[in-house]
Formats: sequence, C-alpha cells, structure tokens
Amino acid sequence: MNPTMNPIESVNDFVIRFANVNGSGSASANNLFAKAIFRLGVPVSPKNIFPSNIQGLPTWYEIRVNEHGFLGRRGGVDMSVAVNGQTLLKDYKEVLPGGYFLYDSTRELAEEFNRKDIVEIGIPLTKLCNDEFSNPKLRQLLKNIIYVGSLSFLIDLDFSILTESIEKQFQKKPKLAEPNIKALKLGYDYAKKYFKDTCKLSVKKTDKLGDDILMDGNSAIGLGAVYGGATVTGWYPITPSTSVIEAFEKYSKMFRIEEDTGRRKVAVIQAEDELSAIGIVIGASWNGARAFTATSGPGVSLMSEFLGLAYFAEIPAVLVNVQRAGPSTGMPTRTQQSDVLACAYASHGDTKNVLLFPCDPKECFEFGAQALDLAERLQTPVIIMSDLDLGMNDHISAPLHWDDKRKYDRGKVLTAEDLDNLKEKWGRYLDVDGDGICYRTYPGTHPTKGAYFTRGTSHDEYSAYTEDSAIYQAGMDRLLRKWDTARTLTPGPRTKIKDPDFGIGVIFYGTTTHSAYEAMSRLEKQGLKVNTLRVRAFPFQQEVIDFINKHETIFVIEQNRDAQLRTVLMTENALSPRKLQAILNFDGLPITADFITEKISDLLNIDLQNGPKGTEGEKA
Amino acid sequence: MSVQKPNFRHPKLAKNSAEYSRKDYEGAISTLCAGCGHDSATNSIIQACFELSIEPHRVAKISGIGCSSKTPAYFLNKSHGFNSVHGRMPSIATGANMANRDLLYIGVSGDGDTASIGMGQFAHALRRNLNLNYFCMNNGCYGLTKGQDSATADKGSAGKKGAPNPYNSIDLCELAIELGASYVARGFSGDKQQLVPLIKGAIAHSGLAFIDIISPCVTFNNTATSTKSYHYVRQHVEATNTFDFIPLAQEIITQYEEGSSQEVTMHDGSIIHLHKVDSSKDVTDRRKAVNNLEAEKDKGRLLTGLIYVNPDIMETHDIINSTLRPLNTLTEADLCPGNGALQKINEGFR
Ligand SMILES: Cc1ncc(C[n+]2csc(CCOP(=O)(O)OP(=O)(O)O)c2C)c(N)n1
Ligand code: SF4
Ligand SMILES: [Mg+2]
Repeated sequence: MNPTMNPIESVNDFVIRFANVNGSGSASANNLFAKAIFRLGVPVSPKNIFPSNIQGLPTWYEIRVNEHGFLGRRGGVDMSVAVNGQTLLKDYKEVLPGGYFLYDSTRELAEEFNRKDIVEIGIPLTKLCNDEFSNPKLRQLLKNIIYVGSLSFLIDLDFSILTESIEKQFQKKPKLAEPNIKALKLGYDYAKKYFKDTCKLSVKKTDKLGDDILMDGNSAIGLGAVYGGATVTGWYPITPSTSVIEAFEKYSKMFRIEEDTGRRKVAVIQAEDELSAIGIVIGASWNGARAFTATSGPGVSLMSEFLGLAYFAEIPAVLVNVQRAGPSTGMPTRTQQSDVLACAYASHGDTKNVLLFPCDPKECFEFGAQALDLAERLQTPVIIMSDLDLGMNDHISAPLHWDDKRKYDRGKVLTAEDLDNLKEKWGRYLDVDGDGICYRTYPGTHPTKGAYFTRGTSHDEYSAYTEDSAIYQAGMDRLLRKWDTARTLTPGPRTKIKDPDFGIGVIFYGTTTHSAYEAMSRLEKQGLKVNTLRVRAFPFQQEVIDFINKHETIFVIEQNRDAQLRTVLMTENALSPRKLQAILNFDGLPITADFITEKISDLLNIDLQNGPKGTEGEKA
Repeated sequence: MSVQKPNFRHPKLAKNSAEYSRKDYEGAISTLCAGCGHDSATNSIIQACFELSIEPHRVAKISGIGCSSKTPAYFLNKSHGFNSVHGRMPSIATGANMANRDLLYIGVSGDGDTASIGMGQFAHALRRNLNLNYFCMNNGCYGLTKGQDSATADKGSAGKKGAPNPYNSIDLCELAIELGASYVARGFSGDKQQLVPLIKGAIAHSGLAFIDIISPCVTFNNTATSTKSYHYVRQHVEATNTFDFIPLAQEIITQYEEGSSQEVTMHDGSIIHLHKVDSSKDVTDRRKAVNNLEAEKDKGRLLTGLIYVNPDIMETHDIINSTLRPLNTLTEADLCPGNGALQKINEGFR
C-alpha cells in the first residue's frame, strides 16, 4: 500500500459495485449481501445495471449503503468487486481515490493495473472454489458466494446474518445450504488471514429501518392491482414491465382462487401484442370489470390509438408504463423518464391522459389500487408512470397498508333500479352534475333502458352519431371540465418549504426524488435552503401552480433529454420557458445526487467546499 | 345523427316465446347504400335472434371500423353496442367476454377489418376459442374508403376501379379452421334461407363461431368482373348441405329420411340437423372440412353452409379455469385479501 494514500473510511455510508458476467448466478449472491445489510437495520439500495442479454454480457450491481436513508444513486464507487474479465480495467479505473478493488487473484493483474491511490484486495476466488468443489455448475455459483464471505470479513458484516439468510433461502433444500455456507467461510477465512485491517469501510447494526420493507416497485403495483380489485388483464411481455403482471398472477394464485370450485377470480390473457392487450382492458372496463395492463415505451406507442378511443368514448383503462430508455428499442434494460409527453398526450387529436408518478414501492402499491378507482370515477385512461429503476430494483419502503374499511369507488354507474327511478331521459354523455363526468351503464343491466352505442366517432349527449360542430365542440369542452375535476381527485404534490422567502424552487417526480432530496440536503449544508415540490400526478393541481408562481426560478429535474415534464408544465400553465430551467440526466442510469448537486451549483454559480465525490468516468 | 325508426307497433305483431316481437330486435335505420349486402346480413341476424327468443339486453354487439362494422347500430337497439377501432373488434370482445361470461357476444367485422389490419386479432381470438359469434361481412373490398381491393378479393377479380386484383386471396374459412375455430360457416347475404340457421347454430355454439358472410358491395364491387358480385356468387355457390336448427327444448317434428342427414348436438343441447346434398361432406372432421373447401375451389365453386363444427371444445373461460360468476359482479369481499394478509406479505420483504 502506498504510504501517502488515504483509504476511504466510513461506517454505514459507502457504495460497493459488483462487476459480473450476466447469467453467472451473481444476482443471488449480490442479493444475499444487500439483504444482510438490510437485516442489520442499515438503509441500503441495490441497483442492477444489466444488459439486454440472457447470458454473457457484463452486468453490474451497485449497492448504496447510507445510514441517513439517502438511497438514490450517489455517484462514485468506494469499493469495486470486480469478477468480470471483460470490464476489469474499466472497473479498476472507476474506483474513487482511496477506494478498494477486490478481484480474483487466481490470475495476476496485468501491468496497466498500476494505480497507487487505491487498495487492491486479491482473493483467489477461482482457485479456492475449484480446490473445494468439483461440480462445475456449483463452482460457478459458489465463486460468487466466496466473495460475499470475504466482504463479510472486510466490512465487518455479521457472519451469522449471512448464514441465517442462506438457511432461510434453502429451507426446503437443506443439502444446498451446506456448500453455500462452506463457500462463505472459505472467503471469510482467506480475507481474515491476508487482509486484516485493510478495509476501512464497515457496517454497524442500527435501528434506522424500523418496520420498513425491501421490495421492487413492479411487485408492489401487481399487488396493488390485486387489492384494488382488478379482475382482467391482457398483456404482452416487455422489459421492464413483465414482472408487474407476473406479480399480479402470483398474488392472484394466492388470493383469487374460489374455495369451493378451485376456479380463478381473475382472467389473465397473454395477448398477441399491445394493441390487443389494451383492447382487452378497454373491453373489460366497458363491461364493468376492473382491468389493467402493463407495458413499456414501444407498447405505449402501439396502444396509442386505443387510448384515444378510451379518452373520447370515456371508458376506464389503467395502464402501467414501466419506462425504459428510448427512442425506439433504445436501451431496453436502462432507466429513463422519457415517456411523459408520449403518455400525457397519447393518441391523435386533442387528447390528455391522467398520469400518476410513484416514487417508491409503497406508492406503487397505493397507485396500483387507486388508479383503478380514478379510472372508473373519471371514465378515462389512467397511466402509472413507473420506470425500470423503481420497477425492477429493490427499494426500502415503509410497509404496505390497506384500510379494511375502504370501498372501491366504482364511479357513476346506473343500476336497473336507478334507471327505473330516473325522471329525465338518460343520456350516456349528459353532464347532469356539472363536473364533466356522466353516468354510464353496463351491458345487460336492464331489459329496456340504458342501452347505448359506444363509439369513437363524434357523438351527442345521447351517444348518437353527429357531425354537428356545436355539439362536437360542447362535448370536447365538457371533457376539459372533466379534466378539471380530475385535478381535484388525483394525488397532490409533496412540498417541502425550507425558506418561504427563497426565490428558488425545485420540481421533480418519480425516481428522481431520492437523489434530489439528497442533493438538497447537501446544498442546505452550504446554506442554500431550496424549496422542493414532488409532482405526483398530471393534471397538475393548483398547489403546483402556486409553488411555481411563488418562486422566481424553478429547476425541473428529470431523467430524459427533452425536459418533458417541464414542457408539460409550461404548456399547461402558460409559463415562460425562462422561468423553468431544466436539469437533465438521460444516460440510462439512475440519476445521482452528485450530478444534481453539481448542476445546481453550476447554475447558481456557487462553489461547493466539500465537493461531491462523483467522477466523470462513473457516468459513462 | 343516426335516424331512429318510428316507435309504432302493430298490436298484432307476432311475439316469440320471450314475448318480444321482431321489431324489438331491430335497430336504427341503416345509412348504408341501398342494396348493400350488409343490410341483408343485418336482417338475418335480427331474424335469427328473434326466432331464438334471445333477450335483446343480454347481447353485446361489438365491431371494428368499416361499412360492415356500422351495422350493429342497425340491429338490436336494446343491446349495448361498441363500435371500436379498425381491426380490433376481437380484443374488445375478449375483454368484454372476460368481464361477463353470461352475455351473448356478437362481433361484426369486415374483410378489410379482419383479413388485413385485424388479421392478428382474428387469429388469436380463434386460437383461444373465445365464446364469440364472429360475423365477417365479406365484400372483397374496402367499402368505406371507396372500394380498394381487400385481402379476400379473388385473384383476377376486378371491382369498379377496373384493375384486376393481382394477389392471392385469403380464404377466411380455411384459415379459421386451421387456427382452431370450433364452428366455421359461410353464408351469402342474399340467401336468408341458409344464413339464418347458420347464425342460429353459431349462437348456440359455445366457443368461437365464425361465419364468413359473402355480402356484396353494390357501389364498388358488384361489377360483372367481380367474384363478390350478387350475380357471380349466385352462379357459383355450392352448399355443404341444407340445415335445420332445432333449439333446445323444441320438439323435432320433421321426419328425416334415414341416411340422408347428420345430427350435431350443440353445447347447449340444441340440435343441428344437416341434410346432406353430397354424402361425402363431413363437417365434423377438420381435415375433411379443409378438403371440401379446396375441392370446390378447384372446380371454381364457392362452398357455403356449415363447413366445420366441433361442439365439445373448451372455450377461453374453460381454458383459464375462471369462475362461473361474471367477474364484473365480484366485490371487495371476493377480491380484496385485506390488511391481515398484507402484513404477512410485508414480512416476506424483510
Ligand atoms: C387505423 C385505421 N386505418 C385506416 C382507416 C380507414 N378505414 C376505414 S374503414 C376501412 C376499410 C374497411 O373495409 P372492410 O372492413 O372490408 O369494411 P367494408 O367497408 O368493406 O364493409 C379503412 C381502411 C381507419 N379507420 N383506421
Ligand atoms: S360502399 Fe359498399 S359496403 Fe359500403 S354501404 Fe355502400 S354498398 Fe355497402
Ligand atoms: Mg369489405
């Protein structure tokens, strides 16, 4: 070790990045490690940075440990666990000065691995593994477990937590637990023998997490849809949305089997494409069932024609869009928030769709259920705007909760009795209450009343075809009235006012939230008390408009190239482009606190003393 | 605005066993061209529903886009209707059917709607054997966009535009059999005698019943050079058989000559009685059904009638083992697992 260098020292606050080969079984080893930290009560956020590939390409797994609960990406790597030959040099270069580089020393490092400012930790993973285990398949898997064992020693992670986790994981196959525990021990012992007092990163048990859970957003949405009473889904596989439906099916198997018959209280149809998937949702919703589907960018493009039909004919539809990096097939396994415009105005003609922006699993669960209420109340498409980062990575979240007294809001639906009691002639598109929302009927309700013809062509208040300009315009205006009602029903923003007199406000949404809050806290330490607003839905509520009006300058932080939410804010509220400044990250990786801090400092022309830790290479 | 028919009712209008008169099955006045085949097809649908004493409000009518897809406005105006988007009737029908398995679903489409833009949805509704009456009003052209050739136009056939179609045509019946439809028939809008029983059989069938209804477009494709003209079709039809449909619980009164007929018992207990014209035409064997179609085509003839039927086959709901209760009637008590279960789920994420 270079005597002049300062190894990074930290308890419960660091970033470890694992570099693996896709399909080599590293995911379960890395998960084991992250979960162990979580079980010690220490806030942790693991992120998979994976290729669009089944086997062979490089994949990374980045674990952020942060006692203060900042769990967006920070930027920078304090320790690299580099077990992929293809990316070894890149991984080596990206370690922060003073950081640690753990590698498989079965093969010696080549000459160009010559940094003097990092700590190299060579563990002969392959050799240790091959000497101990003979089964080739086991060898590949256990090599990963060995480095987890070494890490356990190096960062002082309670060994028993790991063995307990393994035992829990292999409860049903205890024979498999044994070699796993042996592998852990091999790694642990080797590190203990050769690298005592080498690593100054450590994990210490805390009680920061209370009863929090560690869950992925897609499971939470699928579960939310079960709780919200969805019974029909049509869907077509696409990364990163597939696991929403998989979760819905899994929980339906647990909760939706009729006891006496064994039949399912749910219809899951794997459709031929996304056109059909959304058609199934619209057909089911029209007929009075709660229905939803999940997709990603390319699927949204295909669904657009149907979304316009649902908007204009006023049929509930719930769509989960787990966004990925576009355009086109783009980077299908990378994250972005780049479908805001495509979804807000999906379909031709004057169309607007309700959007919900969850930021953590709890909100995913709640919106998964609430979207069904909103869609039926508003008789219109509601799109949950998640993204790959939220959907596919595990996030720490408050536990999920359901109020058992809660009733589904089925919206304005007339029963046969209601129809019989009506004094006036019923019209499907008559705005009786003045809120822009009309009364609908399900097919089959009444022998003589309430039947109508649903159409995507222009229609009058009684659903008859019309090309009368005045009637058409009145209908389009009523849809705007309904839009104003939507404003009052959708989840409002979360605002944090640090200094009511400060002229700068920051707006963000979805997964940008976590890094944004961290950046704000860093700025606050520099004396900058920035006010923030997290948008949770479109259309925007009055609070959003008030927040913007109260500040001189607004920064809108997003993960796309074209400042899409900023565009929607400007157009919907007639704001000057100068007032809203964009802070944009669109590299496909979750936005980091370093990046946001730097950008805001630059824009405000301030010099941060204890500058952020990130390096340029890290964002490559 | 669509034109509503005057609500005048003759007191002595004949009623069916459900106490409805034929008028109760009618819709708005058609805005299609006078003489359009689709209007005759519509009339056959009305007649079949009337004769079967179907309760109109227990029917859902769903269509795509096209002149043909407008027809649900012209029949059963006590039923809910849904004129969706071009080529997507099957997905709307799938969702609707999943939501409530107790209604009767009539899907109307055109040859453009089905054989071109909607080919994917057509194929997959068949493959899943959705419990749907899929009626394709086939005129060999795109009527609503003014007469372009469709994918079912026969090679060499020429409509009003004059140029003979250079491409092979798609035989929707053959394809339907191939793709797993369990009831496949071809009718001619100009032959009500044959079409009405075919529609009744379709309605009695559980699973996907596809009827290719040759339905001439008088405005764009009724020329002397068209193979989908009234004249040409009349000259070239060949029928598998003639056919009586006997609904469940109706007494069989006709006497059939031994050996001259084949009986098929439908899922709901109704009986289809086929009077064979040619004893070789077996309609319960898929391979033979395809052969029958091909054999007539080779002779330059168009095979009509019931072409294939398999009454004992699982429809989508049976395949996915869904509850017998309509999903749209389930409530919180049926659907929501409650907070207790949720707390256990939380535990699994710790
Ligand atoms: C997406 C889309 N593309 C094109 C059209 C225009 N269009 C309307 S009807 C039609 C063809 C209808 O043909 P067919 O289904 O055979 O019905 P027909 O009018 O012949 O009864 C087309 C191309 C449309 N409505 N939607
Ligand atoms: S254009 Fe052809 S298909 Fe359309 S209504 Fe006229 S005759 Fe019928
Ligand atoms: Mg046509």
